[in-house]
Amino acid sequence: MYFNVFGKKVSRAQWKQMLNAQKNRRELIAARLDRRELFKLGLLTSGGYLVAKSGLSAWADGGCDPGTCQLGCSPTTTPFVDPLTISPVLPERQLSDPGFAMAPTVCPNSAINPANGLPFEGRGQFNGVLRPGTDCFQFFNQFPPQKFFIERMRQNTNFRITSDPRIPPQTIWGFNQGGTDPTTDPAIFPGPTIVTRYQTPMLVRRFNELPSGAPAGGFGVPETSTHLHNFHSGPESDGGPCRWFFRGQYFDYYHTMQQAGFSFDFPPNGDVNESLSTLWYHDHRVDHTAENVYKGLAGFHLIFNQFDTGDETTGFHLPSFFSTPQFDVPLFLADKLIDPGTGQLCFDTFGFDGLVGDKLLVNGKIQPFFEVQKRRYRFRVLDGGPSRFYQFFLTNPDNPSQSIPFWQIANDGNLLPQPIQITSARIGVAERVDIIVDFKQIAQTFGATRLWLENRLEQTNGRAPTDNILPAGQIQNALVEFRIVGNPVADGSVDPATGPRFYNLPSTTPTPRITRNFKFERSNGQWAINGQFMDCNTIRFTVQRNSVEKWVLENSSGGWQHPIHIHFEEFQILSINGQPPPSSPLVQTGRKDVVRLEFGTTVELFFRFRDFRNDYPMHCHNTIHEDHAMMLLWQVQDVGDSNTEP
Amino acid sequence: MVAMTRRRWLATLGLAPLAGAMTTEAAGTQQQQNTFESIPPRELLRRRHFPNSELVTHQGKKVHFYDDLIKDRKVVINFMYAKCEGICVPVTANLVKVQKLLKGRVGRDIFMYSITLKPEEDTPGVLKKYAQTFHVGPGWLFLTGRPSDIESLRRKLGFAYADPVEDADKSNHVGMLRFGNETFARWAACPGQAHADWIVISILSEVDGPTRTAMK
Repeated sequence: MYFNVFGKKVSRAQWKQMLNAQKNRRELIAARLDRRELFKLGLLTSGGYLVAKSGLSAWADGGCDPGTCQLGCSPTTTPFVDPLTISPVLPERQLSDPGFAMAPTVCPNSAINPANGLPFEGRGQFNGVLRPGTDCFQFFNQFPPQKFFIERMRQNTNFRITSDPRIPPQTIWGFNQGGTDPTTDPAIFPGPTIVTRYQTPMLVRRFNELPSGAPAGGFGVPETSTHLHNFHSGPESDGGPCRWFFRGQYFDYYHTMQQAGFSFDFPPNGDVNESLSTLWYHDHRVDHTAENVYKGLAGFHLIFNQFDTGDETTGFHLPSFFSTPQFDVPLFLADKLIDPGTGQLCFDTFGFDGLVGDKLLVNGKIQPFFEVQKRRYRFRVLDGGPSRFYQFFLTNPDNPSQSIPFWQIANDGNLLPQPIQITSARIGVAERVDIIVDFKQIAQTFGATRLWLENRLEQTNGRAPTDNILPAGQIQNALVEFRIVGNPVADGSVDPATGPRFYNLPSTTPTPRITRNFKFERSNGQWAINGQFMDCNTIRFTVQRNSVEKWVLENSSGGWQHPIHIHFEEFQILSINGQPPPSSPLVQTGRKDVVRLEFGTTVELFFRFRDFRNDYPMHCHNTIHEDHAMMLLWQVQDVGDSNTEP
Repeated sequence: MVAMTRRRWLATLGLAPLAGAMTTEAAGTQQQQNTFESIPPRELLRRRHFPNSELVTHQGKKVHFYDDLIKDRKVVINFMYAKCEGICVPVTANLVKVQKLLKGRVGRDIFMYSITLKPEEDTPGVLKKYAQTFHVGPGWLFLTGRPSDIESLRRKLGFAYADPVEDADKSNHVGMLRFGNETFARWAACPGQAHADWIVISILSEVDGPTRTAMK
């Protein structure tokens, strides 16, 4: 008897075919056949996976039965039927709002709610258990909050990921804008964009109002922890993996909105060169992050300051966010699978390799279009996971052979010292890239009337991309179609070609107090860091507060790639396999909070740890790997340890 | 000969019709009618992951996997085999600790299942001896069955590697524990070699979590 990976009986011949399939794919890749030829042969497809022909698929005869959740089984959809949606900015709330009937407190409000027997506030819980006296806000009295917000996590059973009538409304979980009426203020994906300013301390109260019972589609856990990726927050407001809270509770997340160093070497407000711009918030519940984020619990959080102002007539003169229309647009990339039987988003909670989808969503819609004017735009592109790596290009679909340049201005939410001209950018899960696209110039130079933001990185499974770049102009790889309309319009934003300077990179010359080494490994199908697994009760090492460290991260897991995220502090890459990080063709310079551990890669990272105390995680941001224990906890305290291989 | 076959194989593919070159379209051709059905979450997971195969416990009792072991239950599942020299011993020893830490709940409202990867060797008698060696308490079953059923179960429960070559090596089998609360369609996994006290917290947060969140 022989079985395929789904446990379906297959004939001996089919089974042998399965074994051969892997070999065939490797040969195809090794042979470096011309990709266009492969396309013509019908062997390559969306997102670069090889087609599910029996001779190529390890899942031979997997079928697309109702209930399966598999690459290549999603129903057909038509691209570019929906305009790009831009999530609303989360409105500010007054403390008089009913949502703040219980005023925010420095230490958690652990009084018991008689309605459900749980503490009113989820803060102060660890692994779902109250730890009295913990998780009071750090620096709250020094920087009392001035702006208040509310979000409610809820289910929305009528969410459209496309207006293609063949695809039914979806049931998602998302954040709303803080109101109580689900008709006027439904939960949306991506969640409302939180817009804040440095030096304006803020607090966001999140209510967990997710449904009980078996979740739609069989995935999603109504216990959440909302991480603000990657703000300089205390662990009590960071939304780490072990600080999840229950439905029926609220959780106050407070952020000083000061740059790093404010209590140490850059008093009183921190080092402006540590300013962040493009952040996102997302669920981080240990063991369930992938399914909960996939279900919709994520959104953007943008920060402005006196330089990156959101107004192109001031500061660095970056395209305006606050104008109407806005010329600064966040783009949330998320790939999904649709169950061919139910027409609903599906997620296999029993998979552990990683999940790559065959539906490419941008801001919650399948392959939307966006009408743009002839001027410069800033796009903030986020890889929202769960597992896919992207390398995106600008393609003129009417002339795909053109190589169209644009400008990268930020890496992972940190403006680069100055713009770098690129023709593509690669991002792993949770990485962000801010780009400037000049549609006026592109229209003039290339005669383009439309452009695709196109992902050309081939990836056939959740483990890693193949690193092959697919041919340009394949419609199934298009993320967004930009339609260039109208005559050239006024543009007050800076021309990146003039070489504007943004922030300086903080120096990496101080001698690290310690160098720590981390191996990202795999054995018996389990991911480990230095041979150990995630455990909320084990803090693996202690960083000395207000010190400098060097971390060496090594990928020793064979045919896998891991986007590794370290909470709390950005790093600078000192080296990749012994070489300084390149700025061409892919930009690896600047301050970052996710590093891609590609095949056989070792990276050295430089960190400063300042201001806050207590525990944070480091983890793989392929959220399926993360949910399968590729994570560890570390902490910052006044006295650090000397553990070099924690 | 191999090279020849391979070349011929590629040639065959080259001749394949171009229609349906993209999987999205290929799948779509079967789905054009788009008559979707609503599948409740538990039923969906049952179809996808829980066959109702007949198994035999280490006590010699016949059971049906879904009906008798999974349905309405809170469970912990792993795979092992008696003569395994790799991670089975540390994982089983760890699970013995887990069973103790769960203090009498195992057998009462939580059930543990260790399914053999080598049903040809692991008869109920062999598994009984194995269970005795580790002083396994009540509520923890070691399961064997027809090889084809066991293999199907292993794959459906997500204990298989996508790469068939890697998957063929039993000594490198997936060392995870899968646990969940079937009533709430709620499942998670963790490494079998994680710290026992953390495994217990993880299990309890899955199986008890839904009822700790009782909100009107």
